[in-house]
Amino acid sequence: MQKRAYFKANWLAYLFIAPQLLIIFVFFYWPASQAMYWAFTLEQPFGGGNQWVGLDNFKAVFSDETYWASIWRSIVFAVLSTGLAMSIALVLALFADRQLRGYRFFRVGMIWPYAIAAPAAALAFRFLFNPQSGVFAYLNTLSPGLWNPALSGVDAMTAIIITQAWKQVSYSFIFFLAGLQSIPRSLIEAGSMDGARVMRRMVDLQLPLLAPTIFFLLVINMTDSFTDSFGIVDILTEGGPARATELMVYKIYVDGFQGLDYSGAAAQSLVLMGLVILMTFFQFRFIERRVHYT
Amino acid sequence: MADINIRKVEKFYGKNQVVHGVDLDIRNGEFIVILGPSGCGKSTLLRMIAGLEEISAGEIAIENTVVNKLEPRERGCAMVFQNYALYPHMTVAQNIGYALKVGGMRKAERMQKVEATAKSLGLDQLLDRKPAQLSGGQRQRVAMGRAIVREPKVFLFDEPLSNLDAKLRVQMRLEIRRLHRALKATSVFVTHDQVEAMSLADRLVVMNGGRIEQVGTPEEVYHAPASVYVGGFIGSPAMNFLPCGVSEDGTFAVIDNTQFRLPIDPGMGKTIAGQSVIVGLRPEDLKIVPEANDPHLLTVAFDFSEEQGSGRLMHGRLAGRDFVLHSAGRNHPAPGTPCSLSIAPESVHLFDPTTEKRVVAEGNPAAEPAAISQPDFAGAIQ
Repeated sequence: MQKRAYFKANWLAYLFIAPQLLIIFVFFYWPASQAMYWAFTLEQPFGGGNQWVGLDNFKAVFSDETYWASIWRSIVFAVLSTGLAMSIALVLALFADRQLRGYRFFRVGMIWPYAIAAPAAALAFRFLFNPQSGVFAYLNTLSPGLWNPALSGVDAMTAIIITQAWKQVSYSFIFFLAGLQSIPRSLIEAGSMDGARVMRRMVDLQLPLLAPTIFFLLVINMTDSFTDSFGIVDILTEGGPARATELMVYKIYVDGFQGLDYSGAAAQSLVLMGLVILMTFFQFRFIERRVHYT
Repeated sequence: MADINIRKVEKFYGKNQVVHGVDLDIRNGEFIVILGPSGCGKSTLLRMIAGLEEISAGEIAIENTVVNKLEPRERGCAMVFQNYALYPHMTVAQNIGYALKVGGMRKAERMQKVEATAKSLGLDQLLDRKPAQLSGGQRQRVAMGRAIVREPKVFLFDEPLSNLDAKLRVQMRLEIRRLHRALKATSVFVTHDQVEAMSLADRLVVMNGGRIEQVGTPEEVYHAPASVYVGGFIGSPAMNFLPCGVSEDGTFAVIDNTQFRLPIDPGMGKTIAGQSVIVGLRPEDLKIVPEANDPHLLTVAFDFSEEQGSGRLMHGRLAGRDFVLHSAGRNHPAPGTPCSLSIAPESVHLFDPTTEKRVVAEGNPAAEPAAISQPDFAGAIQ
């Protein structure tokens, strides 16, 4: 039985949703529509009039080699950080589900990283990754200069991937654990009666039944690493060294707010949005078909 | 096919003991039904045999091998679960063949076995379906097929029929019985349904509160319940229990607070003469005597009744307790009329008021001697 309240007067209903609508309008629709407008005009850096240029901004963006580089970088970043986060989260969730020693602590403790804002997490990792005094400085005792994210682009990329993955592990963990616990215990028991050992049960029973969760997390994590990685990049590497960690979302910031090229940044925003939409569409089109929903 | 020997098995969950020192020998090829109310430890016992629960104390041996430390897959048991536990992402064929696949059997041979098993269960048209596309009865069959295809030494059934509707349950019951006759594998079947238990069992194990109350054939358990608990649990409606005092010569028992007398099996007389007992009378063993004038004959006025089709359940009060009679046929006494009832001496079950165990005649070597010493049995009946 669902209990619903009915209001005869429509104005009351609109009044109730007005605050939420206002917030969405001011912080989402308005800026988004502005970005869309700017993308097709040439905006003056210090305000005061603009000029319609059609697709010229997009032509400029796509003929820029550094932009193409940032797209590939973003894809590498998204795939690796999502892969890393989801595999670690899955292993941890499988452990927690098997109720190994200390699982109660991990079940709660694992949720904390998700509550930490990206810049705060990045700041903590900045200390850890510091080549002179951080935990990773140990690598330099093995071979001098082995680890230096300030000089090596690969190291810097590794650093932001690890940080993003660390932040995403907790979110995926919660969903994986919930997914695993919703598999009836008797199914796993039937598997062990049928002679399957732990690993076999994982591969044959738990993973296929977890497929909807895996798919959901894949979409969420990929989207998140495309659009939400700004804080991590800004605090850890500022896009450097030599643009090695300049992801699409960070390049928008650099071009728009440092280069004052509002129109170019707006065009890039639309491209990023289009890419995320396209990617989500492909995931639904080609991966979801292999998912078994119970 | 194998013997199962259960020796002083106990199960604790933390400090909470759910199985108290169970001893049971199951013979090769036997169909054993463990019967008891929910929470009596019957499922836990079955799961300990299967290897899904750790054994806290005691030991379980299958084919003379102690299996306490063995994994489920090393015990050679197959199990049918209450909710069937079919793999939802696999087809019927994959479900049935999974154990063989895990066991490393080649695909051609496996498919052959799966098809043969499916055919014997009438599933051969459904091999490509997923469990979600099957009816309850079909799922039940797939669960059975999954157990049969492995040709296990032992079959374990954990209330497999309780999710089916009444008609299908009767049908599946027969099929399980038929299957057991064909396969002759040792089977342990757990249920709380006494009709299911009676009709399936070679031997019945009645459990209560983590202990075994009685082990015996369905006839033994019905005709000679070992305790007040078993007497009340087996049979529907439940047995009537009445506190009585036995006469000095041991020929009859007088129901407390009345002058009604009940006959006692002559063989019992010496054992219990002059003692207090609890008498159990099955509602279906009592016969209405027309126009009786004996003031000592059990007389009850029944004030309401339930029609059963094959007869009628008559409810009344006797000596401050509810009293039930199963009146067969079509002619039933009118409500409120006092009816005189007779019963055969061998149908009068006698229980010790303190231990609540069945009283057995002295010198009967098959049974434990019943010690009746305390005449006081206030509150002995639940």
